[in-house]
Amino acid sequence: MKTFYWLVKREFWEHRGGFFWAPVITGGVFLLLNIMGIIAAEVLGARHGINFGASGGLHSVMTDMDAGDMSKVGFALDLAMYSAMGLLAVVLGFVVFFYCLGALYDDRRDRSILFWKSLPISDTNTVLSKIISATVLAPVIAVIVGIVVGMLQLLILAITLSFHGVNVWQLLLLAHPFRIMFNLIGYIPLYVLWALPSVGWLLLCSAWARNKPFLWAVALPVASGLVISWFGLMGLFNLPATWFWKNVVQRGLFSTFPGTGSLFGTSGQSIAHDVAGNPNMNFMDLSNTYQLLASPNLWIGVVIGGGLLAGAIWFRRWRDDS
Amino acid sequence: MSAVITANGLSKRYKSSLALDKVSFQIAPGRIVGLIGPNGAGKTTALKAILGLTDFTGELNVLGFDPRKQRDRLMGEVCFIADVAVLPRWIRVREAVDFVANVHPRFDRKKCEAFLARTKLTPNQRVRQMSKGMIVQLHLALVMAIDAKLLILDEPTLGLDILYRKQFYQNLLEDYFDENKTIIVTTHQVEEVEHILTDLMFIRDGKIVLDADMDAVGERFIEVMVNADKADAARQLKPLDERQVFGKSIFLFDGANRAVLEQLGETRRPSISDLFVATMKGTYA
Repeated sequence: MKTFYWLVKREFWEHRGGFFWAPVITGGVFLLLNIMGIIAAEVLGARHGINFGASGGLHSVMTDMDAGDMSKVGFALDLAMYSAMGLLAVVLGFVVFFYCLGALYDDRRDRSILFWKSLPISDTNTVLSKIISATVLAPVIAVIVGIVVGMLQLLILAITLSFHGVNVWQLLLLAHPFRIMFNLIGYIPLYVLWALPSVGWLLLCSAWARNKPFLWAVALPVASGLVISWFGLMGLFNLPATWFWKNVVQRGLFSTFPGTGSLFGTSGQSIAHDVAGNPNMNFMDLSNTYQLLASPNLWIGVVIGGGLLAGAIWFRRWRDDS
Repeated sequence: MSAVITANGLSKRYKSSLALDKVSFQIAPGRIVGLIGPNGAGKTTALKAILGLTDFTGELNVLGFDPRKQRDRLMGEVCFIADVAVLPRWIRVREAVDFVANVHPRFDRKKCEAFLARTKLTPNQRVRQMSKGMIVQLHLALVMAIDAKLLILDEPTLGLDILYRKQFYQNLLEDYFDENKTIIVTTHQVEEVEHILTDLMFIRDGKIVLDADMDAVGERFIEVMVNADKADAARQLKPLDERQVFGKSIFLFDGANRAVLEQLGETRRPSISDLFVATMKGTYA
């Protein structure tokens, strides 16, 4: 256990830039852009004499709102908090993708694998520590940063509005920051399962490729997809090209991006329904996202991911080119 | 005591060539073995097999383990320094020490810090900021702090200047080696290890062509400096090698009668590099 902890810590040392600084800087830029936007709006508003705060206009709007309107404000605030996380999720997807591609390749290229292999650590543990770093450590850091950024975002909005005479606390009570935190943290285990086939495929390429793992990882599925589509174009063999692109190429390569499972997968229609009707962010609730557990897509991915990871461990043990 | 390494019929084939050809040998504890051979002779392959880094056929027992199946447990007892600069470039001195201290049960942190205190390395320094010599100092400090039974050095001083090279072997001998430890070293700088070796192994084209301890080497191989008038007589005795220096001929004999040779001229023990050159004659031809 102690060895495993230090293996994961080692990954963090090596990839501090991707795991920690990438989300922190993204979050910082996100907040900065928001503040710049607010300042621009204030300046433009003042120049054109639109001053909705001081006249009490906005305040009276607030007091006049009924419950439905209030929930819309709550939706807007929740959306603001989720939007920070959304941006970080994209960054996380990239970080995990490239981390996995390099995890079992970079140390073979610079031959430091000879140092790591001179320590009493099994190859299985080494590979497992990289899986955990990709699917647990990186998302946990991203979610923590996302929550902090989201809270700051709420605070900035609230403070801005308070200059216009709106009660900050009343406003914040309409948002559901704790529910959002709960949803984001609770989403991580689902992410681990969903990302497994991509992580497995990328780590396998990383452990196997003698050079250019990126090319192999992307070119193999894309080339097969092209061949299948090509036959389809000519009306030969009647291969399911669309199915292949969606369930093999896209699923295999891009499952490291959070949300590709529960948002664009099974419950896409209900999201459209949620947002179009009475706007709310309920589709992010765990009771919704975890419906993915009922989808065979997820579990087939887990099984295939497990197989690919076993392959990665085997190559890590026996690949002999340093 | 039982052997540290026992190899029996060890073979390893790469696509086009045979890197090891049914090699058999034994290495006893408390020895410093020089594994010496020309480029591509199979030295590194042999070491990789011992370390469980490559697959092979035949039998190999290292400290009671099969390196193919029990590599991670074996590495608790074995240390390994490959030719310089295999430490990851991003790691800091402090991180390297922390990491090894926490994953290696036989690591003595105090010892390591004492070794490091004798160098110019600072805790926050990254490997990428170090010179080759400093990287080897760090690696050696890590390895010498591990109480391992077997230390394997593959060209450990490649590319270092003479100060670092001397210091490297001096540290090993003074602060590390004792009768419970075994060291296997491969190098091309034969003159440097000549005086610390207890055993010598020559490897050529995947075969062990010489396996003897240094005393036996001194008994078996004799160099004689012969004046021109006796050179023909010396040639009759089938020397391994002949070379000319200052008008005299130097002959190298394997297992010849010492008394006979002494009548021909001045005898002495050959240097390992001369012995190596004579043994490997025609390797690249």
